[in-house]
Amino acid sequence: MEISEYLLLVNSLADDSRAMLNALVPDTRIDVAKGKLNALKDARMAALQAGIRELSPTDRKTAGAAFNTLKNLVQTLIDEFEVRSSSTDNTSSTIDLSLPARHGWQGTLHPVTIVIDEICEIFRELGFTIALGPEAETEWYNFGALNFPADHPAMELHDTLYLSKEALLRTHTSPVQVRTMQRYSPPIRVLCPGQVYRRDFFDATHAPAFMQLEGLAVDEGVSFVDLKATLAEFARRFYGKTRRVRFGPSYFPFVEPGAQMDVEVDLNDGKGLRWVEILGCGMVHPNVLDAAGIDSEVYTGWAFGMGPARIAMSRYDISDIRVLYDSDVRFLEQFPQ
Amino acid sequence: MIVSHEWLKQFAPQSKSAVEIGELLGRHCVTLDSIARIAADLSRFVVGQVVSAARHPDSDHLWITKVDDGSGEILDVVCGAPNVEQGAKYPFARTGTVMPAGLTIEKRKIRGQTSNGMLCSANELGLGEDHDGILKLDTDVAPGTSINAIFGDGDAALDLDVLPNRPDLLCHRGVAREVAAILGTSWSAAPLDDVPGEELARVNDIPTVRGTSDASSGAVSVRIENVADCPSYIAAVIRGVSVTASPKWLRERLASVGVRSINNVVDATNYVLQAFGQPVHAFDLARLTNSSIVVRSTRDGEQIVTLDGVTRNLPAGTTVICDESVPVAIAGVMGGRDSEVTDSTTDILLEVAQFDARFVRRVRKIVALNTDASYRFERGVDAGGALEIARIAAALISHVANGKVESLLEVGLAAAPQPEALLRASRLERVLGIAVAPAEIKRRLEALACTVRQSTTGDGANEVVFAVSPPSWRHDLKLEIDLIEEVARLGGFDQLPDELRPFRPGNVPDDPLYLTSRRVRNALVASGLSEVRPMPFTDKGNDQTPRVLNPLAEDEPFLRATLLDTLAKRAEYNLSRKQGDIRLFEIGDAFAASVDVLPREEMRVAVLVMGARRPAHFTDSKPPSYDLWDAKAIAERIGEVAFGDGTVGLRPGSGDLLWTVYRKGNSAADAVDAVDAERDVGEVKLLRLDSPVWAAQAFGVEIKLGTVSSDNSRGTAAVGETRCTKRFQRLPTTPAAEFDLALLVPDSMAVSKVEQAMHEIGGELLERVVLFDEFRGKEIPTGYRSVAWRLTFRHSDRTLKDKEIAGRRAKLLNALATDLGIKPRAS
Repeated sequence: MEISEYLLLVNSLADDSRAMLNALVPDTRIDVAKGKLNALKDARMAALQAGIRELSPTDRKTAGAAFNTLKNLVQTLIDEFEVRSSSTDNTSSTIDLSLPARHGWQGTLHPVTIVIDEICEIFRELGFTIALGPEAETEWYNFGALNFPADHPAMELHDTLYLSKEALLRTHTSPVQVRTMQRYSPPIRVLCPGQVYRRDFFDATHAPAFMQLEGLAVDEGVSFVDLKATLAEFARRFYGKTRRVRFGPSYFPFVEPGAQMDVEVDLNDGKGLRWVEILGCGMVHPNVLDAAGIDSEVYTGWAFGMGPARIAMSRYDISDIRVLYDSDVRFLEQFPQ
Repeated sequence: MIVSHEWLKQFAPQSKSAVEIGELLGRHCVTLDSIARIAADLSRFVVGQVVSAARHPDSDHLWITKVDDGSGEILDVVCGAPNVEQGAKYPFARTGTVMPAGLTIEKRKIRGQTSNGMLCSANELGLGEDHDGILKLDTDVAPGTSINAIFGDGDAALDLDVLPNRPDLLCHRGVAREVAAILGTSWSAAPLDDVPGEELARVNDIPTVRGTSDASSGAVSVRIENVADCPSYIAAVIRGVSVTASPKWLRERLASVGVRSINNVVDATNYVLQAFGQPVHAFDLARLTNSSIVVRSTRDGEQIVTLDGVTRNLPAGTTVICDESVPVAIAGVMGGRDSEVTDSTTDILLEVAQFDARFVRRVRKIVALNTDASYRFERGVDAGGALEIARIAAALISHVANGKVESLLEVGLAAAPQPEALLRASRLERVLGIAVAPAEIKRRLEALACTVRQSTTGDGANEVVFAVSPPSWRHDLKLEIDLIEEVARLGGFDQLPDELRPFRPGNVPDDPLYLTSRRVRNALVASGLSEVRPMPFTDKGNDQTPRVLNPLAEDEPFLRATLLDTLAKRAEYNLSRKQGDIRLFEIGDAFAASVDVLPREEMRVAVLVMGARRPAHFTDSKPPSYDLWDAKAIAERIGEVAFGDGTVGLRPGSGDLLWTVYRKGNSAADAVDAVDAERDVGEVKLLRLDSPVWAAQAFGVEIKLGTVSSDNSRGTAAVGETRCTKRFQRLPTTPAAEFDLALLVPDSMAVSKVEQAMHEIGGELLERVVLFDEFRGKEIPTGYRSVAWRLTFRHSDRTLKDKEIAGRRAKLLNALATDLGIKPRAS
């Protein structure tokens, strides 16, 4: 006998056994089913076992393995039949199937992380990678390199927590942009998510530490049109295809022209669609490119920044920011993954 | 900055509604935060007088009123407000009136009583909050009159979020200039009707007495000693004023932007500030010693009582406005009380001065006093228009207070004109991504009152260049990019195409720490844990701990050295809310002191588990609590996903420290519990919480994922190692042989040591060693435990013979006895 012929016999016995058991009515007694199965298989199994010796020595191993698999399969088939028939039995009489399922603990992500991940996912599709940097920064990286005029009211938009005369807790993730530009040559397309700090009281609407997400694109020929189209594309993917987007002027020392993007969204408060400011953005100021060692005559860039905590709060209807920090398990469990 | 729509129209006439103006400004100039009140829509409400009021028979809070709405018919109106008074007047919405919120008032029955209209609260009219029910009108007008008669002719206050780059927008004239530029209309230097023309013409005829450091006219003199801090000081002398209440139009102008009326002279100065952005101050000339103003350095120990009645120490070495003997005003911030204008004032010295922005900022911070004046000086005032504003202010005061302008003194340096900036049309196109026609560029810049000279340069003269002189109020227009912004915003960003253009892929790889943290986060969520993002400050620290120098919450000034400290606090927070099943994790930064400028910063992951290991179920009503083995598993899992399979070991600790987590080296020796602090990356420990008696034991894991680098010199990029070293293990084709071993292991010997010996003795054939039991007690000698393993042997090519298995077993037992002194448990 050839090995191929042997394997065919094995397979056909498996198929026949399965077909026979499937054809039985479910409440067939298990000993009756076993008897029928034995009648079908016993002689053929014996023949197959004996058949191994008739094969060439090289094929015997394969045949042995196949025979063992068949043996196991037949056992499994009858075991399954037994479970099936017993469970049909029980359902009708003793099991209340409305009883709750047995769950494990459900892992949860912080809502701000959920928002950050969604935003990052969209920008990754638009060619962005993720850059990180230290939360404790020097004054130069946080302000000086970003075209903040020294001793200027613009600094008051960033009430700063200082660690020493030169060190502070970053007030935005823009220092990561500067570090990235120092470290890599254009083209640059990065996202910088990270914790930032402001000297604010911890109350229902302010937190002294919160997450920010910024993005930066630098290359030759990058323009405001790229900024606008990319951010509008993001907004449509994040808020919905039909959402309207608009850009108006704004001011951040490190970009010019400076802008803000508003999206027409429904905050589920019954007031319908309205314009909501989603992010600040603009063309990277030439002074910022030059400070980071990039020739601003050759390269242009655009940047944006947004607050994922604010987005999470409006999306999930959270009115008190402190709940994001309290870490109450009853809050956390509302965001299963 | 609050601006009145009507006042804007005085500078730049146009017929757009306040909402339209707000929208235009938002698209082209400055963000509109809100439109505070729009009285124009209130014409449909009338004054209604409550003729009588009686309690509703079926309600203890409703009233049945009879209201006279001027129609000749007395209407029955049901009202729920607590402040209904017989005879009082209230805003009344007749049936058919559409409320600001969209509801139409209809005739209807309220608890059986017909109501023909509604008495309204301030809130219902869209006029803001109310606390006392319906809005009582203190008025003589007849019932039926439109309430516009009371609320004015439809002005609106626009609240603009003026950012520090545009101080020129901190006045009505500035905003009006923008409105005119956007609409392509014109604007006037002085408001059309407010400032009396003939009075102004008279003042314009008065010659100005000038001097670079001092000037005097008659008895009045002005001297500047510190020209750096005060480059210019214009004084107007106005005599014979009578200080009284302001005329109605002036009170209303100020009220429309939320400024309280004080008297005609002070109101005129506030008017000038709101209209032109130039802070002006009126001194009572009689109170100035020798009728003189001296701008000089402060002397030691000098004090001033400011207008707000506070005595303030003046820091030595700064500049202050004085008369011949004492300080009379904190320059650029606030005037002094001793020289303030009072009812008895007859002669006035009006100050229209320029102060250096940084100087005012410094002084304002020292005296901790933020005023409308200091706010504007810090951001930059239009020095170019100061003399003109001085004349307008003087004319206005003489007009409203019946005075006579006597003289004008101007001391100091003329404001330098704004330097010219160059704009290349080609650069504009590269930044904006679209070309703007040169004529249009020129038109937009000229609409903003820039002087523009257009020329061409380059090969074939194809580069169009504009030489642009900004107006005196635009200190922010210095660079080419500043001009590009002006052209872009005046056209409107919304005009730019929404067109996704091709881009080159970036050079920057994902930060390896980001990738690591993402893997760890996913693994921990998959393990049923909850991610948290708590406040990272702590009260734990010492002299060396990095800390915030200026914290707002003094109780938690330190940067945390460990994340578990934070998680412990969060667990206690939950326990205090009766939540005992806690599974928190955080990925965040921890800080340590460093000799460098910046503290050492590490990204870490920390886990805290306590309470039930799984939710209760009817088949398992009291699930076991998390224990140290769960914590150990979590630590191992983090190690696997963060650093790779088998690269992390756990070295037993003592006391609350259960294990130290370390990264294994490459050599075989390193794979054992080599003690090397450099390789230690974390801990597994028992946590002692401030917890109630019912709480379970808490376990903590904290592992360092990496150092957050602040070194970013080029070429130091830690490029993520993405090469995969994992290899597929061929599935076995031969049967395995298994047997169990139960051994008496002394308490002093680690089972890991026994397992290691088993692997060494068992050789390649020993596929797997699984520990499945540990037992102490009956029949086991003291100081020992019985530990049971299942050993799996397999040969990759053939079936192992029984004889071979028996041989392995004997060899193992023999070697364990000789090498480690371990015997099998007697069976």
